[in-house]
Amino acid sequence: MSPLLTVEDLRVSFPTRTGLVEAVRGVTFSLGRERLGIVGESGSGKSQTGRAIMGLTPPHAKITAKTLNFDGIDLLKASPAKRRDLRGDRVAMILQDPKYSLNPVMTIGRQIVETLRTHRKISSSEAKERALAMLEAVQIRDAGRVFDLHPHEVSGGMGQRAMIAMMLIAEPELLIADEPTSALDVTVQLDVLAILDRLVAERGMGLIFVSHDLRLVSSFCDRVIVMYAGRIVEEIAAADLRNARHPYTQGLLSCMPEIGQDRHPLPVLDRKPEWAL
Amino acid sequence: MTLPETSQMVAGRSKGARARGRAAIVVRFLVVIVTTYLGLLAVTFFIGRVIPIDPVLAVLGDRAPAHVVERVREEMGLNLPLYQQFLRYLGDALQGNFGTSVLTTNPVMTDIRRVLPATFELATLGTLIGSLIGVPLGVLAAVKRGSLIDQAVRIVGLIGYSVPIFWLALLSLLLFYAQLRWVAFPGRIDVVYEYTFTPKTGLFLLDSLWQGQWDVFRDVFRHIILPASLLGYVSLAYISRMTRNFMLNELSQEYIVAARAKGLSETRIIWCHALRNAAVPLVTVIALSYASLLEGSVLTETVFAWPGIGLYITNSLQNADMNAVLGGTIVIGSIFIAINILSDILYRTLDPRTRAR
Repeated sequence: MSPLLTVEDLRVSFPTRTGLVEAVRGVTFSLGRERLGIVGESGSGKSQTGRAIMGLTPPHAKITAKTLNFDGIDLLKASPAKRRDLRGDRVAMILQDPKYSLNPVMTIGRQIVETLRTHRKISSSEAKERALAMLEAVQIRDAGRVFDLHPHEVSGGMGQRAMIAMMLIAEPELLIADEPTSALDVTVQLDVLAILDRLVAERGMGLIFVSHDLRLVSSFCDRVIVMYAGRIVEEIAAADLRNARHPYTQGLLSCMPEIGQDRHPLPVLDRKPEWAL
Repeated sequence: MTLPETSQMVAGRSKGARARGRAAIVVRFLVVIVTTYLGLLAVTFFIGRVIPIDPVLAVLGDRAPAHVVERVREEMGLNLPLYQQFLRYLGDALQGNFGTSVLTTNPVMTDIRRVLPATFELATLGTLIGSLIGVPLGVLAAVKRGSLIDQAVRIVGLIGYSVPIFWLALLSLLLFYAQLRWVAFPGRIDVVYEYTFTPKTGLFLLDSLWQGQWDVFRDVFRHIILPASLLGYVSLAYISRMTRNFMLNELSQEYIVAARAKGLSETRIIWCHALRNAAVPLVTVIALSYASLLEGSVLTETVFAWPGIGLYITNSLQNADMNAVLGGTIVIGSIFIAINILSDILYRTLDPRTRAR
């Protein structure tokens, strides 16, 4: 079976006044219909990797890759219109904070319907029906009421469920979740993750789960990529994370608190300059 | 499961709270209107008393015998205590009675009814031109940020608010009237039509259209288009600049990234998502610019011999016609208050976050 997504030597760089800033420097991985976690600290290039696959890199940035292939489509050669057609339809992305990533002046229902009607020729009543079904699928009770609410009238957890509904309604094959639970309360995080988990499994999507939360990623994904300074420093099965070889990954792991153990003083993360080379 | 019940309860409570919230907003609006209006009247009243113009002298001239002066003073209530004078003034003002203009010998309100529609027509057309061109230009400048179009809009705007309007007005008259003959001579309407055309509302464009007098409409249009375009240009300069800023702010928001991730077209993202959000602060900007045009743009009205309220008040001021000046000030103040309320209401309808919950 050929993989859903093949990324080989992906590079994203931003020209700035002080020179070229390389956010992603040669990332290679492939993804089937599985869950891949990408972890790393801020600025490690994990989000930019996701955005490059989506085609949402700012226009002034430079993207190069040996291969950037989604289901047989060469994304680098595809026209902007072709890539736009893919977005929301076959490849979708969930953003971090529903407070900012939902349009504040549009009702939740209209925003969900909009995705569907951009990609499918269906009547507005049918679109509404499917949006209501989708809201129920993300476990929103009283979907009819929430449909007519504005984003500021719902809680963060509810907003993120609406976001998931908005991005999954056209049934994409690949979902990129960019820190989907980082802005939520811890108690709500698990609910939202459970919903995401179920939908990904039911629909057989490929998932790229971008996060800085190593523990979350390891419990949620099949495979984990650890990024540092724009490069992949380690790729490992989530179950094997304890046996990580790279000192950076080991450093991240040893910072995690554990009940019944004294982690005092907290180890300082090692950042050897040669890893960034 | 108790959850469905809870959500119903929430819905029920929010309905009651919504009605209460709306009532509270109406009350707050009324309080603001009344206090602002009282303040406006108080200020104009005290300006009228403080100014070193004797109203009796202004009416009678300086050759009237002393007993006549005394009688008129009494008739005008000027020997009453100040608070009683203010109450009288308040009562008169609320009835729209601002006294008689010394200059025109008409009641001030009659004069204002004549000059206000002229300014209203000009300001409305100017604001329409300014926003219908200014908003798209600002959007374009924001979308094509740093491009040639952006620079061009910047320069057009810079000229608009740095070049004095009377100079632009004179130059444009020279070009479009004297040279090209595209527009008519200064004034509102040609002398030929002044006796055959009886306006109803005082808005000549509407009146002539309503009465089906096409030649009058054409003439009125040829008169109004140049001053309205100039006022429109000045407000365009401001509106396009603000639109650009608001749009740049909206385009950098996360919901725009989300809209792109949904696969929406750029056109839809710009006009349906970003501009719809930018419209919220833009309403206030356009309303303020409209209000400032409704004050009467004295310079434009002077150059184009436009019989509007700006010209009227300036003339009255130069002739120490205090009733006319104060009456005009109160009318303009009321318009300002009304526009502010309107823009507030519009703001609330555009932004669901400001609505009563």
